[in-house]
Amino acid sequence: MTQDPSSTAVGGEEVVPSTARTLEVIDVREGMFGVHGSGDTSGYGGLQRPVAMPEASARPYGGWFDEVADRLEQVLGESVGAGAVESAVVDRGELTLHVSRERVRDVCQHLRDDAGLRFELCSGISGVHYPHDAGRELHAVYHLLSMTHNRRIRLEVAAPESDPHIASVVSVYPTADWHERETYDFFGIVFDGHPALTRILMPDDWPGHPQRKDYPLGGIPVEYKGATIPPPDERRSYS
Amino acid sequence: MGLEEKLPSGVLLTTVEGLAGYFRKASFWPATFGLACCAIEMMEFGAPKYDSSRFGMEVFRASPRQADLMIVAGRVSQKMAPVLRQIYDQMPGPKYVLAMGVCASSGGMFNNYAIVQGVDHIVPVDMYLPGCPPRPEMLIDAVMKLHTKIQDTKLGAHRVAEIAADEKVALEAVPTTAMKGLLR
Repeated sequence: MTQDPSSTAVGGEEVVPSTARTLEVIDVREGMFGVHGSGDTSGYGGLQRPVAMPEASARPYGGWFDEVADRLEQVLGESVGAGAVESAVVDRGELTLHVSRERVRDVCQHLRDDAGLRFELCSGISGVHYPHDAGRELHAVYHLLSMTHNRRIRLEVAAPESDPHIASVVSVYPTADWHERETYDFFGIVFDGHPALTRILMPDDWPGHPQRKDYPLGGIPVEYKGATIPPPDERRSYS
Repeated sequence: MGLEEKLPSGVLLTTVEGLAGYFRKASFWPATFGLACCAIEMMEFGAPKYDSSRFGMEVFRASPRQADLMIVAGRVSQKMAPVLRQIYDQMPGPKYVLAMGVCASSGGMFNNYAIVQGVDHIVPVDMYLPGCPPRPEMLIDAVMKLHTKIQDTKLGAHRVAEIAADEKVALEAVPTTAMKGLLR
């Protein structure tokens, strides 16, 4: 398995993940369920939980990570130009490349076609919403698998909420079609160049994008004998 | 005492209503409408151990035009709601709806934007079956109670009066929130 490269020798080379991990704090959450302004009855109100992202790693990344990064840099430098890959993060033995949103399609094209890379399979595109990560609120995460080399990498593409456009990779990975539709449906990320970007799970006329953090949970009051309990997101908070 | 005593043996008398109810209740044709985990229990209800063929309803129909009982087994999402209503509209009358499980009955644990809070928002429900999911025994019990209800259903003008009476009772019923006393 390539998920834990520290225990495997891929390509005849022992993979040692970078241990230098500095974390970039983008948000600090307080209490338990994120509701404020009501009485705390549980004592959990004092909880403080930072939302931290691992910072970009420095060379060497360790093992085949360097090989992939070098090869990608080389093929991108020849065609797309530098700057398409903004940074690389090695965390918990996994390689994540942060790619610019305009050029993710070109990067994927090279990742798939180059003999030294050969990431033939895009196993999923998911979305993440970081409302406090200013200018990079919406992330799309691509998981790529190279069956030729038995390697897995992750691409992360960020877009601001005010301009949620990311280049579509459907022309490179046809399986990305429904994944991009799902990410559009739930996070409102518009994949430019997608053949038919419509909602896939929610009804066609649904307003809003439900997996964003600021989307209300909804629900109705629950009626009991002699009492009414408000819907979950309006109940007394335990923070 | 009357006509009965003059009949030869082997002949019974009943009402047309009673006979229609007897035939209707014993020949359910359920539509397959499994939506979630309750559907697994519904399948078990049809399988040999619980054997719904004992009640004449072992043949689940994939076409609503051949079915008269819809067992809504599972949570109904907002997107599935128009589909469910269309299937109900396609069923020939007399037709019955059994809301199986708390999700179909009231939304259950899914009190959120995506799930219809009780299938009675979109179709009239004849029998509510609680449980998460209910055991096949509970589904048998619900079907038996529905049998009783159908056996007692009236016909023609009496049916119109019965509907009006049910409506009056429902309108005059005390809302749950206005009830007093213990939670039961």
